[in-house]
Amino acid sequence: MITIVREFVQSFLTFLERVGLLVRFGLRLFAILPSGLLRARPIVEQVYNTGAMSLVIIMTCGLFVGMVLGLQGYDLLTRFGSEEYLGTATAISLLRELGPVVTALLFAGRAGTALAAELGLMRATDQIAAMEIMAVDPMRRVVLPRFVGGVIAMPLLVSIFIMVGLFGAQLVGVEFFGVDSGSYWSQMRGAVELSDIREGLIKGLVFGVACSLIAVFEGYNAVPTAEGVGRATTRTVVISAVVTLILDYILTALML
Amino acid sequence: MRSTRTVDISTGLFVLLGFAAILFMVTQITNRGFSLKSDSYRLLAAFENVGGLKPGAPVSMAGVTIGRVEDIQYDMKRYKAIVTMRISDNYRAIPNDSDASIYTAGLLGGQYIGLTPGGSDEPYKDGEQVVMANDAIVLENLISKYLFNSAATKSNATAAPAAQE
Repeated sequence: MITIVREFVQSFLTFLERVGLLVRFGLRLFAILPSGLLRARPIVEQVYNTGAMSLVIIMTCGLFVGMVLGLQGYDLLTRFGSEEYLGTATAISLLRELGPVVTALLFAGRAGTALAAELGLMRATDQIAAMEIMAVDPMRRVVLPRFVGGVIAMPLLVSIFIMVGLFGAQLVGVEFFGVDSGSYWSQMRGAVELSDIREGLIKGLVFGVACSLIAVFEGYNAVPTAEGVGRATTRTVVISAVVTLILDYILTALML
Repeated sequence: MRSTRTVDISTGLFVLLGFAAILFMVTQITNRGFSLKSDSYRLLAAFENVGGLKPGAPVSMAGVTIGRVEDIQYDMKRYKAIVTMRISDNYRAIPNDSDASIYTAGLLGGQYIGLTPGGSDEPYKDGEQVVMANDAIVLENLISKYLFNSAATKSNATAAPAAQE
């Protein structure tokens, strides 16, 4: 009984320690952010790695999420004889929720794991220690461009996801089921506010910061073994997903 | 390792696509694509009751949207709701005896303001108040009026034969 309590307290303390480390890591990252932004070249490379390389998976998933929305939305709305609201329903749900959240989950799976594995392997093969010996700050040189690249890429990925999703819903609703194309777009235009778009982009940015930070943190602080790198990658996906969904609730409550 | 040129080109493509998507969202799926702030003027209207009118609701003339409701305030002195409308500069020549009414789009749709042109040669100026404002029709009032009226006529109808007997 006492062992169980002790283990529970132990694991809780470990959790607190991780959170504290993460906060310190994040603060350090933000402190060196201005100087890091001056070196544009590595950032561009990381935008390519996290953003451009995720484009195909984001667009494919966006298309199918949009098509599912079109299918489900049509089926539900047609019961009330109001299938011309399909555009509105799709646009609002994509802009406010599905776009940012699904993109963040995909981002954590595609780009976050790549970042964590790369940094973890660098740690395991002593590349990071080597940099420190050469008086090169690995935070500035390796971690920061990856973080900034992810933060830049996320809102853009979210917008692309939403745009492709809208066309996916249009494909199903208008082309397959014959909802009037004019009312699909005009009903959408009448109901969507600029604040909906702002909500989506702010969420995208916040999720981008959270997921990139978690990925570089887990990779940078990975246990320098093969198992440690694997653990870091897994933790990146799990923690990113949980944090994304919790943040999503908070942000929605704030902006509703 | 890929050549830097390929990286640059794909990054550029990705960033351009992202911004194109943002632009698409802002201009194609909202009504607010055109800016009303820079080239527009204000009209005021005092309503007894604005019903469910909200800031951002369209202001239309003959069904064409010419502006938006910017602000709704309550005037404690006159006990009226003061609605500020932003009208696009393309519609400068609205006769200064035109009136404003609050309508409902469809049975359950949102409310909007409709302007009906008058016959004056002088246009409204910036910040001027619309001469006549017709209130929103509140559905509950209509229903209660209808119910009470029908109840009154029914009681009359039952009372009348009794009087005849």
